[in-house]
Amino acid sequence: MLLKKRKREEPDINGSSMADIAFLLLIFFLVTTTINVDTGIGLVLPPPLEDDQEPPPIKERNLMNILVNAEGRILMDDEPKQISDVKPSLIEFIKNPTNDPELAETPDLAIVSIKTQRQTPYKIYVNMLDEVMGAYKDLRDEASRANYGVPYGALQDQSPQQEQVKDMYPKKISIAEGGDN
Amino acid sequence: MAHFKKKRGGSKQEVPTSAMPDVIFILLFFFMVTTVLREVTLKVRVNLTQAQNIEKIEQKRLLSYIYIGPERLPGNRLGEDKVQIDDTIIEDLGAIRTLMYDKLREQPKLIVSLRVDEGSEFGLLTDVQEELKQASTFRINYSTRRER
Repeated sequence: MLLKKRKREEPDINGSSMADIAFLLLIFFLVTTTINVDTGIGLVLPPPLEDDQEPPPIKERNLMNILVNAEGRILMDDEPKQISDVKPSLIEFIKNPTNDPELAETPDLAIVSIKTQRQTPYKIYVNMLDEVMGAYKDLRDEASRANYGVPYGALQDQSPQQEQVKDMYPKKISIAEGGDN
Repeated sequence: MAHFKKKRGGSKQEVPTSAMPDVIFILLFFFMVTTVLREVTLKVRVNLTQAQNIEKIEQKRLLSYIYIGPERLPGNRLGEDKVQIDDTIIEDLGAIRTLMYDKLREQPKLIVSLRVDEGSEFGLLTDVQEELKQASTFRINYSTRRER
């Protein structure tokens, strides 16, 4: 009886913990929300050729021609390949560990040319580009680990170390215009 | 019991308002966090494809988007592949050159993010890339999602 009476005298809710609840909610949303980060495959286009300008001469052995047709079939230097074989054979082409006269002279001279048809779906093209990027990533990782003991991604941006690894394996990718052949 | 209740009803009874600012803040934070700012309304369908070896673009202010995909038509139908920049669909691809060149002058470190639908044909993309070359916007990025 006594207890009941006291309760009625002070009916307000203890609001001091409201701030804590607000902060908890705030932190909850901060943690759970992923802010949309743009991700993608970066590429630098070559400058357009002047009309009277000849393309620079490239030795045939330094050039890896990758042809992708609209069905997603791949030819690498006239050899049919599966998409899963692209990466290992690219790495072999760029590094040329056995000094094969057919493969690139030195890694920094190697050029990868991707040629697709106009009808090729974008998805197939990106898959192809992804493989090429993967090959270069592996090579750069390997070089970076051998020289500095850390993967390439751990090197600081624009540091001399990163530049050196970049110079060892420059990404020279040519996106050829979609011919119909 | 009823007698007591009546009496209380007559006396002053307030809702505590001291927590009101907190409530408002919760709402504010909630909307701040969940709202996705979309600057453009997409007039083409863009389903991004997936890739493994991708990089993040930290500096969003450098980005300029080009959308390529089948046009959205009324009644949930899809039309031909079209190119969209900002809010408009570009019919004449030659216009891309001047458009992008102006953007490049505003932001010399411009990165063009190509958001292309996975089903789009490569040909249209090449045409756009050719225009980008002419506009000397060489840094591009094929927008993809991370493969899982």
